[in-house]
Amino acid sequence: MTEQAPVSRLEKILTKGYFAVTGECGPPKGADRSVIERKAQYLKGTVDAVNITDCQTAVVRMCSMAVAKILLDLGIEPTMQMTCRDRNRIAIQSDLLGAYALGVRNLLALTGDHQSFGNHPEAKGVFDLDSIQLLQIVHRMGEEGVFANGEEIEGGPVRFFLGAAENPFADPFDFRPYRLAKKVKAGARFIQTQLIYNVPKFAQFMQRVRDLGLDQKVYILAGVGPIKSYGAAKYMATKVPGMDVPEEIVERMRKTPKEKQKEEGIKICVEIIQQVKEIPGVAGVHIMAIEWEEAVPQIVEMAGLYPRPEV
Amino acid sequence: MIIANRKPFEEIKAMVAPFNRILILGCGTCVTVDFSGGEKQVGILAAELRMARQLEGKPLETVEHTVQRQCEWEFIDPIADMVRSVDAVLSMACGVGVQAMAERYPDKIVLPALNTVMMGMPIEAGVFVERCAGCGNCVLALTGGICPIARCSKNLLNGPCGGSQNGKCEVNPEIDCAWHLIYEKLKAMGRLDALMEIMGPKDWRPAGGGGPRKIVREEERLEFMEM
Repeated sequence: MTEQAPVSRLEKILTKGYFAVTGECGPPKGADRSVIERKAQYLKGTVDAVNITDCQTAVVRMCSMAVAKILLDLGIEPTMQMTCRDRNRIAIQSDLLGAYALGVRNLLALTGDHQSFGNHPEAKGVFDLDSIQLLQIVHRMGEEGVFANGEEIEGGPVRFFLGAAENPFADPFDFRPYRLAKKVKAGARFIQTQLIYNVPKFAQFMQRVRDLGLDQKVYILAGVGPIKSYGAAKYMATKVPGMDVPEEIVERMRKTPKEKQKEEGIKICVEIIQQVKEIPGVAGVHIMAIEWEEAVPQIVEMAGLYPRPEV
Repeated sequence: MIIANRKPFEEIKAMVAPFNRILILGCGTCVTVDFSGGEKQVGILAAELRMARQLEGKPLETVEHTVQRQCEWEFIDPIADMVRSVDAVLSMACGVGVQAMAERYPDKIVLPALNTVMMGMPIEAGVFVERCAGCGNCVLALTGGICPIARCSKNLLNGPCGGSQNGKCEVNPEIDCAWHLIYEKLKAMGRLDALMEIMGPKDWRPAGGGGPRKIVREEERLEFMEM
């Protein structure tokens, strides 16, 4: 897909054709780095790279760049998430230079959750850019060595392995593969999807993605995650916008005795990994076990994805 | 048109508390049409204030008047005597009208009775919606006549985001997803190819990012000079 040498371990894994496994680490709502160190022990060696969310759901947390640096120090490859909600193009590009200098090489470009969902709903959202424009800018920083204004970056190109998110279950469903195509056109080299519980609908999405030839142009990592309880399943099915949790999964969790629900949630997650792995064009999985990082090693092992390849 | 909302009564009452005689000045244009600051609303607010002040034993004298447009000198110049006769002016115009009065009558205290909210229109009786954000660089030709700057919660130029569900915005189910509307509109018109083009980063200077905006029409100025 590219002639250039890979800049990160994740890029190497994907370009060499291995099935990638990425994880996620939510920064703490405080300044205690031991929280990250505790979460990191479950992710080190079990996944190829770890996403660090950028004040997800618009809640103030430790910044993703600092957490990325902490992970690097612990020998874990970070994928820094960058949203357009809190920063204009000046702050974004400035942060990217800093992150690169600290050793960050994977970047996930997002528009960001709206501030009204967070803990400071009275804040002014920035949205100077959207995710597609952000991708364009970061892509040019890497390929042409220029900022958004066309000015040259001192010292040459700043090349990230650039990713984007896509929600295959959002509306209008028919337009989603085309929006993905726009992200690829803008410079996305990998995609991490929203959590998948409705595998048949995801397979339908992937069929359209293949029809457009997009699987040949971008590495698609299917988003998966264990459900902790029947309550969590019900909540995601009914309360979270853009989530599609089929009735049979909610029902399966409901029928499981309370003390076995965590185990069942992990089992469902592993089954989904095995199913999406068989869908042509799926290049890996992105395991989102926010505040349940300790489940990740078990999931990776049960899914037959452990040990991770040395690249 | 400009759409406004009357401020909470207690806030207005507190603003006029120091005064004994005020002019409550309505505007006959936008805020008359949206029922926030026209002649009728001037009458209602004046009666409410007088009653409240009567109960407090500190009667308030009100002068009620409505001009056709509070945002033009020619309509506010003729009321100079009326303005001179009061302690303060409580303007029921949008923020433009309030400032026009404050500028024309620099010695007078001018207070806003309304919160100016948006540029929009009534879509049905009593329901007003936002339609334009005055960004200074219209993209409606590319988006099927539906504005993503004013009508998308994240003012995306390449939407819809992942929070679009059943045609509604995740921010509030009362809000239609602008990008869903744009998609459906362009699809119906056979113009979906327009959506495949990436709209680049927006120049926000015409939107106010370059500081307060000013438009000069030279030909109009020359004509004025000749007069």
